[in-house]
Amino acid sequence: MSNKSKNFFKGIKDTSPLMIPVIPFGIIFGVLAIDLGLTPLMTIAMSIIIFGGASQIIFLQLFSAGASSLVILSSVGAVNSRHLLYGTVLSEHLSDLNLTRKIIVSYLLVDQAFAVSNDHFKKNREDKDKYFHLIGGGLNCWTIWQITTIIGIYLGSIIPEKLGLTFAIPLTFLALLVNDFRKLINVIVIIVSGSIATFGYQVIPFKAYVIVAAAISLLIAFILTKFIKKNNE
Amino acid sequence: MSNLALIIYCGLITFLTRFSMIALLKKEMFNDRIREVLSYVPSAIFPAIIFPAIFLDNAGSIEIENNPKILAAIIAMAVGIFTRNIIATIFSGLASYWFIIFIV
Repeated sequence: MSNKSKNFFKGIKDTSPLMIPVIPFGIIFGVLAIDLGLTPLMTIAMSIIIFGGASQIIFLQLFSAGASSLVILSSVGAVNSRHLLYGTVLSEHLSDLNLTRKIIVSYLLVDQAFAVSNDHFKKNREDKDKYFHLIGGGLNCWTIWQITTIIGIYLGSIIPEKLGLTFAIPLTFLALLVNDFRKLINVIVIIVSGSIATFGYQVIPFKAYVIVAAAISLLIAFILTKFIKKNNE
Repeated sequence: MSNLALIIYCGLITFLTRFSMIALLKKEMFNDRIREVLSYVPSAIFPAIIFPAIFLDNAGSIEIENNPKILAAIIAMAVGIFTRNIIATIFSGLASYWFIIFIV
């Protein structure tokens, strides 16, 4: 087996345990999209074009609340700003790739693939083909995401509405924060953001409550981290 | 803007946030401070989706009494903190929600 395919399959293997939570996530997305009135074709188009769970679900949430395109776009952008961090961390390993490869790798750079490939890159700095690890892991996520979206689309047309499955949206995001509930600054940021969004929902124009709440609470994180750093010095 | 155009623009934004740093950075441009603040992005954004979906009714008014979502979310959060397991968190929340609305 060539070095490239070795890296590729290692990427698939390393991301596989992380696919377990992706399966219900993808199904929930498909079910909700149909529930909220998107066509099956639009739902599949979203999973292929956007290919990001949090972005797609926030899209649905705001879309069904009647938010404007600009608000949906900026909220998706805000949710995605964490990818800037991933790119920053990985750039030292990927800066030698040509443009086409950078484009392919970027499209596949999802949370799960980042998590395992970042480790792999650090351990195999000298390997020129190590980026195939990220391609393998990313494609694994991509395949699972498309299949579970389609399963969700199918289930969405048979699951009764009174089950209240839209409640799965806040639960899914809550689940993504489980590690943050143990840290004080995170808890403060969480409470500030949630309160602004809840009380501002009716008051803040254009359904921009997600952006406003995120911007203010990130500013608070900025101030708190500075304050706590100073105390440590 | 048509729905498909909106999806394409959202896809472009998602792609650009993944691509920009890989394409532009040669060496570390972000200092540790910016990196640390960026690590709070999930804590800053996700609650803005979670809280209104739990505390507001369909009309957008705050609903505290007779709201099964609050108790179900608290149970899910407790399960999440103890197990650190994404699936367990989602399904304990859904199960307790269904238990409250269909059985209690």
